[in-house]
Amino acid sequence: MKVLVPVKRVLDFNVKPRVKVDGTGVDLANVKMSMNPFDEIAIEEAVRLKESGAASEVVVVTIGVAKAESDVLLTARAMGADRAILIQTDEEVEPLAVAKLLAKVVEEEQPGLVILGKQAIDDDSNQTGQMLAALLGWPQGTFASKVEIAGERVKVTREVDGGLETVDLRLPAIVTTDLRLNEPRYATLPNIMKAKSKPVAKKTVADYGVDVRPRLRTLKVAEPAKRQAGIKVGSVDELVERLKGLGIAK
Amino acid sequence: MKTLVWVEHDNKALKDATLAAVTAAAKLGDVDLLVAGADCAGVADAAAKIAGAGKVLLADDAAYTHALAENVAPLVATLMQGYDAVLFPATTTGKNIAPRVAALLDVMQISDILSVEGPDIFTRPIYAGNAIATVQSTDAKKVITVRGTAFEKAAASGGSAPVESVSGEGDKGLSAFAGAEIAESARPELTSAKVIVSGGRALQNSENFHALIEPLADKLGAAVGASRAAVDAGYVPNDYQVGQTGKIVAPEVYIAIGISGAIQHLAGMKDSKTIIAINKDEDAPIFQVADIGLVGDLFKIVPELTEKL
Repeated sequence: MKVLVPVKRVLDFNVKPRVKVDGTGVDLANVKMSMNPFDEIAIEEAVRLKESGAASEVVVVTIGVAKAESDVLLTARAMGADRAILIQTDEEVEPLAVAKLLAKVVEEEQPGLVILGKQAIDDDSNQTGQMLAALLGWPQGTFASKVEIAGERVKVTREVDGGLETVDLRLPAIVTTDLRLNEPRYATLPNIMKAKSKPVAKKTVADYGVDVRPRLRTLKVAEPAKRQAGIKVGSVDELVERLKGLGIAK
Repeated sequence: MKTLVWVEHDNKALKDATLAAVTAAAKLGDVDLLVAGADCAGVADAAAKIAGAGKVLLADDAAYTHALAENVAPLVATLMQGYDAVLFPATTTGKNIAPRVAALLDVMQISDILSVEGPDIFTRPIYAGNAIATVQSTDAKKVITVRGTAFEKAAASGGSAPVESVSGEGDKGLSAFAGAEIAESARPELTSAKVIVSGGRALQNSENFHALIEPLADKLGAAVGASRAAVDAGYVPNDYQVGQTGKIVAPEVYIAIGISGAIQHLAGMKDSKTIIAINKDEDAPIFQVADIGLVGDLFKIVPELTEKL
């Protein structure tokens, strides 16, 4: 079984986003970009499936700028993906259009499982996996904390508001990762060196004949209202007085 | 504009998150409600009483028992022939189903809206709430998820909407429910609690977390939350997590204990009315958003606080 892992290049999670002064977006010039953390978890899961014999090949795909080949796609291959596909574009592509492009990739690659991050930490949409599942008519196991392949089916334990829920899905299926699914391995330097010889197929959005024009128009991006730091109290007694003042203690 | 709101429920009771989605929907136009489940007529009756409800569509089918997206998304997509917008609470259920509906309708979803600025204009958080985007949808139909803390809850009583039965294609045969571990707790639910006591990695282990955080929470009648670090370390289960990718909360009072205040955590709680932080590191970022801070050793402070309350 082949596993396809779509990944996104985003502002590194340790970098504090700065809103551009003209209100058109978040400043991404000269800042560290990395693989979306949930996507690293997706690659780790796919590589573990291969290591356990449940998967035969791990293919990673990204839609984005040319530079992704030498950063996120290299990291992905160093983590254990066998080959990569870069669908190059300099435009922002919305989840719906991403899902349509991925559906075309799925048609070509015929994976038995697609594992995606549950959300990208830049636009926080949490849509692509579910949309891809809809377009393909496949089942979806979202927000996964455990994935077990058993023959023609996959059991996915999901992190839900009340706790955990397990669903039993027919393969092929879509899985989206939550934080507790695994702890991704580091891409070590020797593996990064070796990864450079793993193939990257270069495509463009036009190769897939998908209309990627945005449906949402961003009118403005602004800073949220800022909280002011308050006061510090010196003792538990003072804190108790404050809590009484707030009406939550008697 | 005609809107449809997904009613969140467990086949027995209607969940509060629905009420915030109703308020958001009412800003767009007329509000009908969809109750999809099994043996859930009681939920439909409760939905009918929500103030402002036009009518309640009840899809009662064993295939909808656990709101599997594969089964309910086609139902919603078909019902959308008669509506201009569908709104889901941004719960794990809503977030699971809504994008599947959007793709079936060839619509780009608007996730986690904070406000309705016009019939097709909304604000939503991006980058863990470090930026707020104002977006305009150009799709004919809208698929929206609603952040519960951003809208007042509609009144749960006062309405008297008629209940109408609808049916869909039922079981698509793609997926099956295989079990759940839903935590039973006598404490209030995190997303609707007035007071929350949250613990972080500084608690060091699960025993300390339970021994220190829970008695304080119980004294205050509070819900218990946690940072991602505390959940990842296994002190508490995943459903305690407050943050960008966990639960978004905005209680009257949020007490953060031994939580440094990473932006991912702040994203989940910075709209709380009053934030109280207890941390031994006076430079911890949590103090930059806290209204009241106390610097010191939580292992001394928390028991003393619990006792003096």
